[in-house]
Amino acid sequence: MRKEIRLSGTGGQGLILAGIILAEAAIHDGHEVIQTQSYGPEARGGASRAEVIISDEAIDYPKVGVPDVVLVMSQEACDRYAAQVKAGGVVVVDETNVKSVPEVQGARVVRLPITDIARHEAGRQVTANMVALGALVGIAELATPGATERAIRERVPRGTEELNLKAFGLGMERAREAFGAA
Amino acid sequence: MLRKAGARLMQGNEACAEGAIAAGLRFFAGYPITPSTEIAEGLALLLPKVGGRFIQMEDEIASISAIIGASLAGAKSMTATSGPGFSLKQEGIGFAAYTEVPCVIVNVQRVGPSTGVPTAPAQGDVMQARWGTHGDHPIVVLCPSSVAETFTLIIEAFNISERWRIPVIFLMDEVVAHMREKVVVPDVNGIPVVERPRPQVSPDDYLPYAAGEDLVPAMADFGTGYRYHVTGLTHDQTGFPTTKRPEVDALARRLDGKMKKAAPHVTFVDELFADDAEVVVFAYGITGRAAAKAVRDARAQGLKAGLVKAKTLWPFPDEHVRRLAQRVRAIVVPEMNMGQMVREVERAAAGMAKVVGLSRVDADPITPDEILARLREV
Repeated sequence: MRKEIRLSGTGGQGLILAGIILAEAAIHDGHEVIQTQSYGPEARGGASRAEVIISDEAIDYPKVGVPDVVLVMSQEACDRYAAQVKAGGVVVVDETNVKSVPEVQGARVVRLPITDIARHEAGRQVTANMVALGALVGIAELATPGATERAIRERVPRGTEELNLKAFGLGMERAREAFGAA
Repeated sequence: MLRKAGARLMQGNEACAEGAIAAGLRFFAGYPITPSTEIAEGLALLLPKVGGRFIQMEDEIASISAIIGASLAGAKSMTATSGPGFSLKQEGIGFAAYTEVPCVIVNVQRVGPSTGVPTAPAQGDVMQARWGTHGDHPIVVLCPSSVAETFTLIIEAFNISERWRIPVIFLMDEVVAHMREKVVVPDVNGIPVVERPRPQVSPDDYLPYAAGEDLVPAMADFGTGYRYHVTGLTHDQTGFPTTKRPEVDALARRLDGKMKKAAPHVTFVDELFADDAEVVVFAYGITGRAAAKAVRDARAQGLKAGLVKAKTLWPFPDEHVRRLAQRVRAIVVPEMNMGQMVREVERAAAGMAKVVGLSRVDADPITPDEILARLREV
């Protein structure tokens, strides 16, 4: 088993934290893992990208090539990364922020109003990264839900555990519905 | 204190900070610069918990000066920076090398010269790490290629620096510094930690720069009654300046001899499939990871490829490369610079094997496919 995941969007959306939590969940599941990131000089507003490789074997080269799973949370990230996905892979699109999706060949595209779910259903827009993480875990089976919940509890600021777990659960549930219907 | 042993996700810079504490680091002075900043951030949190001191200084020169002072007072000391700061620290590095003050200087390389590309990866400071400060001087340069290796190798950096009283440059790159990977943190109590040689004689009989057979003088902690003079001027056994020709000559030769005595104990090289290889990659840092993948891919395609991954860049693993050159057809040297270590490999190979460089200088790391293509050409 080897899976490469690219989480892309805008600085401030919490994508690097989502990548770290996914990587820690994979460690709880007993896998080898590498997480890398790339971001502009701005703390907020610039392009942001986190990448995770999960494998059963030691990982030599840490950079993601063509990923199995792609998350795009901004139009810019979508234009740049949505079409770069392995055949049989999955692209998860935050349709709150992404209005047009380029043609993606050979991979499933799952559209979900991730930021709206965070804002209106979880109750805080800042939990969009946890909704997205739930969506990825729900449909792409990157880590077990239990391990991911444990990783969330260990990483998020104290006092925000339940809020983040609620957002994660919503993402998982809504993505499975959307995936089944897609 | 440190987080407990076991498997966890760790960043390269975090491993550097935690490994340094495990090695006995108790004083850090620095001036933050990406991509090294997390080392300072981590130590600002960790050092006070182990009774150590963290100081953010006004600049890089003050930082290297502060760690030299702290080391003279007996504390294991470190600073961390990137290329622009490393250039500024050269004066202090020369002082530490000449006065034989143990200290560790971390340089997380980014694209240069000057401000370069903040903060994309490069490996352009390899020669500067060896020869950045003026004059003949002993120096050891270690270079990790993974987060786990950063943790173990920074401990070696301290042990070498203390044992031999030589400044150690810990040459990381942006990729290794910023990536996170699974690290199995060893039990800190099981890690061998080396202390500097301290005087066995009374303060009255102490000669601060008189060395025994290993050419390493015993070092007294300032403030313990051993009063002595420390100067960047050429000095005799008492530590006071001299211009007498035999004494000037003796110090230069002792420092060179000390480096040669240390060399077999501080030169670390890893190999992968090198035994029966016909073509070999010589790589270091993050490029060593791409090379490992390239070599596995080459083997899968029936090409007898191997890897020599240097964890010590200086002293250069001459003997290792010489023996390798006797039995392989070609050595490929991929580097994120215009060709620095490739010249050392050529020198050590001495015409016995073809040596081919591979440079990438566009601020992205070298990929396994690029190395594989070069392996297939040679």
